[in-house]
Amino acid sequence: MSAAIETVASAARLDAPPAIFMDRVNKWFGSLHVLRDISLDVAHGERVVVCGPSGSGKSTLIRCINRLETHQEGHILVDGIELTDDVRALDAIRREVGMVFQSFNLFPHLTVLENCTLAPIWVRRMPKREAEELAMEYLNKVKIPEQAKKYPGQLSGGQQQRVAIARALCMKPKIMLFDEPTSALDPEMIKEVLDTMVLLADTGMTMICVTHEMGFARQVADRVVFMDQGEIVELGTPETMFNNPQTERLKLFLSQILRGH
Amino acid sequence: MASDTTLTPVTIPAAPIEARNAPISVVGPVAWARANLFSGPVSTAVTLALGYLIIRWAIGFIDWAFINAVWSVPNNQTQACRDARGVGACWAVVTEKHRFILFGTYPYEEHWRPALACVVFVGLYIVSAMRRFWRKELALIWIAALTTIGVLMWGGVLGMPYVAQERWGGLPITLILSTFGLAFAFPLAIMVALGRRSRMPAIKAICVLYVELIRGVPLISLLFMASVMFPLFLPEGMNIDKLLRAQIAIILFAGAYLAEVVRAGLQALPKGQYEAADALGLSYWNKTGFIILPQALRMVIPPLVNTFIGFFKDTSLVLIIGIFDLLTAGKTAIVEPAWQGFGVEVYITIGLIYFAFCFAMSKYSQSLETELNQHRRR
Repeated sequence: MSAAIETVASAARLDAPPAIFMDRVNKWFGSLHVLRDISLDVAHGERVVVCGPSGSGKSTLIRCINRLETHQEGHILVDGIELTDDVRALDAIRREVGMVFQSFNLFPHLTVLENCTLAPIWVRRMPKREAEELAMEYLNKVKIPEQAKKYPGQLSGGQQQRVAIARALCMKPKIMLFDEPTSALDPEMIKEVLDTMVLLADTGMTMICVTHEMGFARQVADRVVFMDQGEIVELGTPETMFNNPQTERLKLFLSQILRGH
Repeated sequence: MASDTTLTPVTIPAAPIEARNAPISVVGPVAWARANLFSGPVSTAVTLALGYLIIRWAIGFIDWAFINAVWSVPNNQTQACRDARGVGACWAVVTEKHRFILFGTYPYEEHWRPALACVVFVGLYIVSAMRRFWRKELALIWIAALTTIGVLMWGGVLGMPYVAQERWGGLPITLILSTFGLAFAFPLAIMVALGRRSRMPAIKAICVLYVELIRGVPLISLLFMASVMFPLFLPEGMNIDKLLRAQIAIILFAGAYLAEVVRAGLQALPKGQYEAADALGLSYWNKTGFIILPQALRMVIPPLVNTFIGFFKDTSLVLIIGIFDLLTAGKTAIVEPAWQGFGVEVYITIGLIYFAFCFAMSKYSQSLETELNQHRRR
């Protein structure tokens, strides 16, 4: 169903390791089997949207990529480095993987600028001046440079989420993970965050995004992954997925979210 | 996504409505009194009854404490005091004995030294309380101040005669025990609280064991152990200062309590803060130092200061192992036959000294809370 994309991904694999390589990953919360035999390749520069009903394991899936959750079986390689208990490898991976959360998770006791410079200064060992210039550059890109001296609590939800994106970008990551970035926002603020993400997609960033925003998926995704009950049910280009769903589960899901819109 | 809803406007004001002042019945002291003191017949009756009691008691106290009080007596002649018993306070006992209460058995002619030490302590508190001194240099100020206090109390240099620790007493002892106690207990508590949440089982077990063991026994028994049992385990001839032993007992005890307070703060912090720090690749110590502790400690300022104040007063328990702190010195001051029976006046005085320190801590913590939690206001 998505042979063309698969070929592109395999071709890319020949010269460089894929950005993300997951091979039969399994995970349990207690006795609950939340990820079942997940296998997925993401090439560099590819944009993947993960969707599915709540409780389908999509957040758990992307949280496994920077090991906020640990998987119990299978292999996950990020940029060619395998995720194990090895702390060094984990640090190396987290430096290259940025994450944006549903609930922003900005540091409320630090200003917007400090939120953005903290990791570059202490993880990348960047001089303070340079880190601040970099932060201002990204705050400009997400269109809120004038809020740099404010605290996160003084900003609207949409602004906070854009700061969170800028904060992740300041680490100059190779891969960006988005965990339902617009789900906690008021409707009028969703667009400003999605616009920022579209801009980011245009720069060629590798992105994996858990979202229910099907318009965004159509606009930027190279591939869409549909998950249900911990497994990948369907996978393909947005056009084939949305226009010609193969499984009953995807048909049901699409009818439900389209009714909601 | 949301469909447009059309509302029919009811009336359109010709001009914006100006804000007006609230009517006098809503704001001001009269309105406050009406709302809070005289809002109904029951409330009015309670207000009047309590008002009467407060005024009667206040008049009685002023009579006793000031009008009928004896302020000084010549040469330990306490007859005037005995005559005034029941109607007036005998502040003469405080006038006469204040140096003993404050400095205990420290050599009389050297009293300026513990007095100066107390001044240095208070100065140290004031400097540490000011946020503009919250820099690395503050550690040097502390080392310098504590060294100065040590030199003043022990002497033996700069022409000051040596004074053995057994002769120290009064307020300096209370300040030494509480300052060193909390200064060491606080960092210890932070490490233990972090250790209790560690993923390493050995570290976690040690921290849990420490907190539970220490919390499970009264401070008095710890002080007894430190003063009586601990020397038995030391090799012959080796002796650790009694004050130091009590000090260590207090540090360990306060550390266990403060650790639980700090842990509460760590627990209250949303999980997302830890995850965001992890996702950025911050190391454990960077995460803890920049993200976790600053937020966790701000949240627990009230219970922290509560514990601080509690321990400031708990240092008075050292009297049971014969250390001469402020309270013990006060008790001893009225042992003398001439002054027996004037405990109330002495205890009021000591109470006021304790109150001054505790109230200052409490007020300071309130201002610190508002200042440090500015980011939570919009």
